[in-house]
Amino acid sequence: MTVPLLKAERLVRRYGVRHGFFGRKSTVHAVDDVSLTIRRGETLALVGESGCGKSTTGRLLIGLEPADAGAISFDGTVLPMPHEPGWRSSRARMQMVFQDPLAALDRHLTIREQIREPLDIHRFGSPSERAERVAALLSAVGLGTDHATRYPHELSGGQRQRAVLARALAPRPDLIVCDEPMSALDVSIQAQIINLLADLQAELGTAMLFISHDLRAVRQVSHRVAVMYLGRIVEEGPPDEVFGAPLHPYTQALVSAIPHPRRRRTERILLPGDPPNPMNRPKGCAFHPRCPIAGSACKLQLPALEPVKESRSVACHAVHGTTGGPAIRRLA
Amino acid sequence: MLNASHEGAAPPRSAARTAIPPLVVAAVVWLALMLAIALLADVLAPYDYAALDLHHRLSPPAGLGGTVLHPLGTDELGRDVLSRLIASIRMSLLIAFEATCLGAVLGIALGLLAAHFRRWAEQIVLAFVDFQASMPFLILALAVLAFFGNSLALFIALLGLHGWERYARITRVLAISAGAQGYAIAARQLGAEPWRLYIRHVLPNIASSLIVTLTLAFPEVILLECGLSFLGLGVQPPQTSLGNMVGYGRDYLTRAPWILIAPSLVIALSTMSVCLIGDCLRDRMDKALQ
Repeated sequence: MTVPLLKAERLVRRYGVRHGFFGRKSTVHAVDDVSLTIRRGETLALVGESGCGKSTTGRLLIGLEPADAGAISFDGTVLPMPHEPGWRSSRARMQMVFQDPLAALDRHLTIREQIREPLDIHRFGSPSERAERVAALLSAVGLGTDHATRYPHELSGGQRQRAVLARALAPRPDLIVCDEPMSALDVSIQAQIINLLADLQAELGTAMLFISHDLRAVRQVSHRVAVMYLGRIVEEGPPDEVFGAPLHPYTQALVSAIPHPRRRRTERILLPGDPPNPMNRPKGCAFHPRCPIAGSACKLQLPALEPVKESRSVACHAVHGTTGGPAIRRLA
Repeated sequence: MLNASHEGAAPPRSAARTAIPPLVVAAVVWLALMLAIALLADVLAPYDYAALDLHHRLSPPAGLGGTVLHPLGTDELGRDVLSRLIASIRMSLLIAFEATCLGAVLGIALGLLAAHFRRWAEQIVLAFVDFQASMPFLILALAVLAFFGNSLALFIALLGLHGWERYARITRVLAISAGAQGYAIAARQLGAEPWRLYIRHVLPNIASSLIVTLTLAFPEVILLECGLSFLGLGVQPPQTSLGNMVGYGRDYLTRAPWILIAPSLVIALSTMSVCLIGDCLRDRMDKALQ
């Protein structure tokens, strides 16, 4: 447990965007100074609103996209980037589960052929062993052998996502990145897939990065949670603590938006102002234009992600007492 | 026919899959007949295609005042039209199949290369495409045939060059857009080698458009062959092809139209059959349409 499975330090990813044909170019900081670690067998959840850089972070972490700055080490060695030797073979150790299972499957191949594909690519055992492994994977994700001969469009959304999951698990990866795996599914199916993910993760001990904006699903599957806002991690810690007693004002607003059956009159925090525009990042703390407790320091200085206690860190001047404004109001 | 193994699947699909339109059946039968004739040309032909029968020059087909010896009549030198037609079918089909395949393979390969490597490789391919597209093909054909003489292999290669730029352009565009699709991204992140990505995933997914292009190009190649032969640039006498027959039959259009009508009919029916089959294939290969 000494060396984490994945260690990312100060990752930066920028995209150039041109406004119109003759427009000036501007830069979007999709991911800005993100540091993360994932231990073996651990599930780290990445939450945040749309466009905050969650998915980009996921792609950076498993080397599907090169980072503009920063370093990633996987199992103690530097993660090869695309077009570098060793990148392709490294794919067997990290896999991705996509948002839209129908798009992620090839409609011209049967489910069996697709689950078998990573085994063929990475030359896993003999052909008969591969067939056995496919059968085992199918039953592990709850698909029958009659599903194996079908094409993706002949399956339901939940069955497709199960097939995608089976394909991702086929080469026995150490890490799976699930990029909003349930957002394209029905609510009733979401619960099934979440349970399946949690079960498989406990059974196989695969580390997982779970990207979602469904906080309840996150709470169910994750061991640790990182909250992102405009490309930066603003709070990190165990899900019960982060969601039970959020420290960052953004997390507080996020948590207050979870519908709760027993709490009748919820104290919902409505954030003022527009959703952030990543092309025009506010100076200082990116959250300060919408923050109810922003002080003078928040407008000038970027708060660093610093530990408040063991296994818990937050990037907020108010929490660290460096705001120059009122002290933080805790959510009851 | 594709997956009979699963009974539990939706029933209307299999019904839609088995029903083939009668017109397509007819087209398949016609093309099969043409292929059989091409393969068995030596056995089927009653005479040598160049054999002269000077006693029966310009004899009309049997039933229209001609002899039973020459069922489709004879031409100005007394050569049997049926025998010449059979030899022409073999020659024209051979040229059209080979030239279409050559053009398709060359174009698809270059298109995929351009889509995969982008940058300068793409620029080079596109420059060739533009060169080919802006060059009047007849002038190119004339120049090549004038410089290198006229051999059958060269003629086929030349016709193959005719269509390649269309495949290259279509393949490049489709492969680039397919590369951004979920299945291609998924396959790449699985660690798939480029050949696996393109042959196993991208090509089947873009095949429907390519098959349509192919079925449009095949008749065009037949017609081009006919046109060049008609102009005397293609198949040289005494060898014969459908276009060659039409070309030389033109002189006797009013006196002996049978020389020209038989090959013209074969050209029209064959090209139409290929188009019909292509349309049907495209519909069937596109699984999402079912």
